[in-house]
Amino acid sequence: MKISISKIIIISFVIFFLFVFWQGLKINNNYDTKNLIGQKISNFRLAEINNNKQYISEEDLKKNKYTLINFFASWCAPCRAEHKYLLNLSNKKKEIKIVGINFKDKKKNATDFLKELGNPYNFVGQDSEGKISILFGIYGIPESVLIDSDLIVIKKIVGPIDQIQYDGILKLIQ
Amino acid sequence: MKIKILFLIAHVFFITSVNSNENQVKLLEVYKNLRCLVCQGQSIADSNSDFAATIKLVVQDQFKEGKTEDEIYKFLASKYGEWIVYQPTFNKNNFLLWALPYTALIFGAVVIFILVRKSKHNRVN
Repeated sequence: MKISISKIIIISFVIFFLFVFWQGLKINNNYDTKNLIGQKISNFRLAEINNNKQYISEEDLKKNKYTLINFFASWCAPCRAEHKYLLNLSNKKKEIKIVGINFKDKKKNATDFLKELGNPYNFVGQDSEGKISILFGIYGIPESVLIDSDLIVIKKIVGPIDQIQYDGILKLIQ
Repeated sequence: MKIKILFLIAHVFFITSVNSNENQVKLLEVYKNLRCLVCQGQSIADSNSDFAATIKLVVQDQFKEGKTEDEIYKFLASKYGEWIVYQPTFNKNNFLLWALPYTALIFGAVVIFILVRKSKHNRVN
């Protein structure tokens, strides 16, 4: 049986197309933070919420075994839900330090928020324009990033910390 | 003398405004090629969301620092993944995507060539 060249070309092209579409199906088009894990944090400098002259930088973070960087705001309802887990984590002072970054919020509201719910943070900084959040691939809050003493991101939590996430953090730091 | 000073001021003003317009056009190009991750099918240029506003500020800062368009895309892709850039960079994962239009072009040319040759052959016979 003689098969013409054009038939071979058409069949191979159809196979090629199907292969491309099949590959396309495997690509995750949604935002995820997979590629942030393992990255080193750089150009980090954060001013204290009540004192613009006081800063925390990469050098300070390197001193901690683990640092949890938590983005929060007084206007963010899920931030209230995760707060108890942050307070629990703040008791593990030897293993982990918590840095709170107040995201696009008013200083007074943030201070009142912490007065009302308790302050789990070792340092509270302000990111009034949201520029620092871009360094951590944040697109909404609450989000938290766990880094080690080499400033490598080892976990990123999108959304509020819940019991499962809390247990996961404890497992990682112990 | 006064005319010379006025002319100089006008010249400086003109140069500054041209440069500023050029920068705005370049920035807009960058915004257009960035996807708003919290919007439905909008670019950073089209969106007024909080996320888009922050990305615009970061792009402006990096632009002022003298970073190139590619460096800005690379930085944002490293934080948010390749999905944030409308035009993906060429790599092993998406080489098929880049190769497909060229393959289709070559394939079309081959098909046309075969058809033309066949019809000529039929006419001769």
